[in-house]
Amino acid sequence: MIALPSRKARVESPIDTRAFDLLGLTMALVLGLHAAHLPWWLGIALALTLGWRWWQRRRHIGRVPRWLKLPLLVLLTLAVIAHYGNIFGREPGTALAIGLLVLKLLETESARDVRVGVSFACFALMAALLFDQGLIVTVTVALGLLPALATLRALEPAQAQVTLQRSLLPGLGLLAAALPLALLGFLLVPRLSSPLWGAPSPRDARTGLSDNMSPGDFTDLLIDDHPAMRVSFEGAPPPPDQRYFRAYVMWDYDGSRWKYVDIVNREPVELQASRTVGYQVSMEPTHQYVLPMLDVPLDAPANAGLRQDRVVMADKPVNDLLAYAGRSAIQYRLQPELGIGMRQRGLSLPAGFNPRTLALGQSWRQRHGTDDAAIVQAALALFHNGGFRYTLSPAPLGRDAMDDFLFDTREGFCEQYSSAFTVLMRAAGIPSRVVTGYQGGYWNTLGKYLLVRYSDAHAWSEVWLSGRGWVRVDPTGAVRPQRVSLGAAAAADGQLPWYENGWLQSLRNRWDIVNRWWGQGVIGFDALRQRGLLTPFGIRDADTATLGVLLAISCVLFIAVGLGWALLRRQVRDPLRTALRELEHKLARMGIVRRPSEGPQHYLSRAARALPGQRDELALLMKCYLELRYAHDEPPPESLHDFQRAVRDFRTARMVK
Amino acid sequence: MRGILQHVQTWAERRLPALTRYRRPESLPIELHRRRIYIVPTGFGLGFSVLLLVMMVGALNYTNNAALLLTCLLGAASAASMLVAFRSLDGLRLAHVRAGHAIAGEPIELTLALESRRCRHAIRVDLGHDSTAFAIDATGVTLVVLHLPTLRRGWQPLPRLRLWSSWPLGLFRAWSWLHPEQSVLVWPRPEIAGPPPHAAADDARHMRLHLGDELAALRDYRAGDPQRHIAWKASARHINLLVKDFEQPQNRPNWQLDWRQLPGLDEEARIARLARWLGEAQAQRRNYSLWLPDKQIASGSGPLHYAHCMSALAQLP
Repeated sequence: MIALPSRKARVESPIDTRAFDLLGLTMALVLGLHAAHLPWWLGIALALTLGWRWWQRRRHIGRVPRWLKLPLLVLLTLAVIAHYGNIFGREPGTALAIGLLVLKLLETESARDVRVGVSFACFALMAALLFDQGLIVTVTVALGLLPALATLRALEPAQAQVTLQRSLLPGLGLLAAALPLALLGFLLVPRLSSPLWGAPSPRDARTGLSDNMSPGDFTDLLIDDHPAMRVSFEGAPPPPDQRYFRAYVMWDYDGSRWKYVDIVNREPVELQASRTVGYQVSMEPTHQYVLPMLDVPLDAPANAGLRQDRVVMADKPVNDLLAYAGRSAIQYRLQPELGIGMRQRGLSLPAGFNPRTLALGQSWRQRHGTDDAAIVQAALALFHNGGFRYTLSPAPLGRDAMDDFLFDTREGFCEQYSSAFTVLMRAAGIPSRVVTGYQGGYWNTLGKYLLVRYSDAHAWSEVWLSGRGWVRVDPTGAVRPQRVSLGAAAAADGQLPWYENGWLQSLRNRWDIVNRWWGQGVIGFDALRQRGLLTPFGIRDADTATLGVLLAISCVLFIAVGLGWALLRRQVRDPLRTALRELEHKLARMGIVRRPSEGPQHYLSRAARALPGQRDELALLMKCYLELRYAHDEPPPESLHDFQRAVRDFRTARMVK
Repeated sequence: MRGILQHVQTWAERRLPALTRYRRPESLPIELHRRRIYIVPTGFGLGFSVLLLVMMVGALNYTNNAALLLTCLLGAASAASMLVAFRSLDGLRLAHVRAGHAIAGEPIELTLALESRRCRHAIRVDLGHDSTAFAIDATGVTLVVLHLPTLRRGWQPLPRLRLWSSWPLGLFRAWSWLHPEQSVLVWPRPEIAGPPPHAAADDARHMRLHLGDELAALRDYRAGDPQRHIAWKASARHINLLVKDFEQPQNRPNWQLDWRQLPGLDEEARIARLARWLGEAQAQRRNYSLWLPDKQIASGSGPLHYAHCMSALAQLP
């Protein structure tokens, strides 16, 4: 058939309450999902608008008048512009979209309005994933499709009335049935190797470590317990006090701030490794280049470069979950020979800062002579015995920050300690530098990986000792050994938010394995892994065309399965009818075809007249049939069996002319 | 646009009879099956797929796998809804169509009996400009009432019906044409005014209500009943006195409505007049008989008799 159903001029009848309620529910869910990144006043205003509209329509069916709608629209746009400065970009765009979605509800009265609203809500649900694609948010968003689908169902006429909760269930069935195809599509839809338009805007994701450090910078980071990276090791993991992940090596100090300077084209310094560990890292996006590596890496992972101080920088900022493998030395001699230029760089201090600290360093040099190790010990002893305290909220420091810290406040955390230690060493004439990165982490025994959070960020020092090269010294450990052996949470000791303490934290640590599976299986499934997807089937490098063909084939397979279901009909078996059919077939071969309008009695009488030789037999069959069919509700099995046998035995003899 | 579509449709029906063969009348019952159910996306379905495409490109561009997964899920659910739409029509059976009575020019009421072995929702029947939605519950049968406009008296073949559904999400429209091989009889339209039938004059005597001679029933005695009406024998077996109730059937003269009494009129005018007389006779509860060139109907009364006579009139050539 060619003809399309003609579209009738549809009278715009108001939708029923159920559809409206479901649409309101959908929008409330969208609003809830986006509440975290909308300005709070906008979220509250939209929630109130939503609630008011629902209440208003309960009382009186009809659109909100235009004089109310238009000012609201203008107000929304102005508010978004006032808050964000423009209406483009991810945050302002989303805020505007959510606002428009809620305002759409004000004029929703017809089925068409509802459909537009539902489509828009689906889009807004997806937009929620641009902010956070974690497992929980994704599942919530997928569940948010339920009221959306239920709304569309509610628009259809003539259906059984059910409660609001029950009306959500069929959507769940539909989604469950759709899941296999969805997963297949997810695996096989060819990924773009480069974005079609603009690079994704930098998200307000955690930036992790920064390439410069001033004492006090880490405070926010140290209470941020979002995962920074997950590391699995080849073989046993290194013991807790050796889990140092180096990110930045900072040489330059201007009196308040340590800085990392990225110098690209220099050979990495010499490394004599005596024990190495291989590991894989899955790193959360930071929008920065640095890839933290366990201790001192032997080499850089793919698409990254090894810098002079064996710091690893990726070629592109890490904007998405990134997986890389590394091999590092945990017992080593790094740069056994220090050139004169680097030595001077490792000793330079800004002039006119921290006179008391410099004096202290110089006094140690005089006391211990050339014994560098003894000077290091003296400094550590000072931190350990000098009344220093570990706290995440230290008192602020003045211009001579190190003097203030060492002789006055005597409280702080890794940044202050590493910074002061390095300044002391330089004053004493030992080349030294500050290193930042992560230390510690939670070992997930179930998943056999190390979960490193942003709160595990740490700063320590490296000093150059003759004959040993760069040696890591962690002055924080001298003040608070738990920081190194038990981790940041143990060291902080009650200074963290409530949810980062005790059993809840340990529960969160265990739950993290699910996040990891999600991260590896779904979020980290990139173009590269897609190309390797078919390796087990002998296709080493699946290109876009192969994937497309596969996608088409599997879609066809799924459609076949679906059609099989759609065409499935449960036949009600009627043995009597089947037997009569058989008889009809036999008679039809003799040219006695049953007419569509003919009843069995008429037909069989006609047959008996046409076949005089078998008149009695046919008459008996007819009598049997009529009795079986009409004398009982349910034909007795024996008689039915007899009838079936009689039909089977019936032979159409040649007519004798 | 509509014009072009209709043009294409007529052309297709003429040139591609194989494609359109199910439009030809067929005998009831008609069961819908895969070879006669058609599905196209609705306008909303097309719009929604564009939206899905936009979402997919967005998700791919921002390499947001969770969003891609969501888009795939929504797309797969939409595709599955197409099968559900098909299934909501597949196996549906139009068992029979019962027509009511209507005079020409007024819509005739059709009752469609639709059967199914499972529950179905939101199926719509279109017939001309009339459209009704129905659902079939577990009992398996539902009756759908539609109104078909009529023009002239006589047998009027049923036009084709469209059964369609956009269940469950409104993204796809599944439809099937049904053209039952059945006609409905439309009664002639009575003329609006005209002379009464040429019959024996009404006697005022007959119009008066009076007690008749025929025993109709026994009833309880009421004060004032004449003594001679008391049924003594029956009362003996009862507590109360019983009284014989007599009545005379309304004694209006029969109308002998006769085709031959109407010379000088053309056929349709005769039929219209006879139809009016029949209506009046029915309204006055008279007995009447009808003489037609090809049929004679003996005297009688009541709605069945009326229907019989009207049908005979309707079927006149």
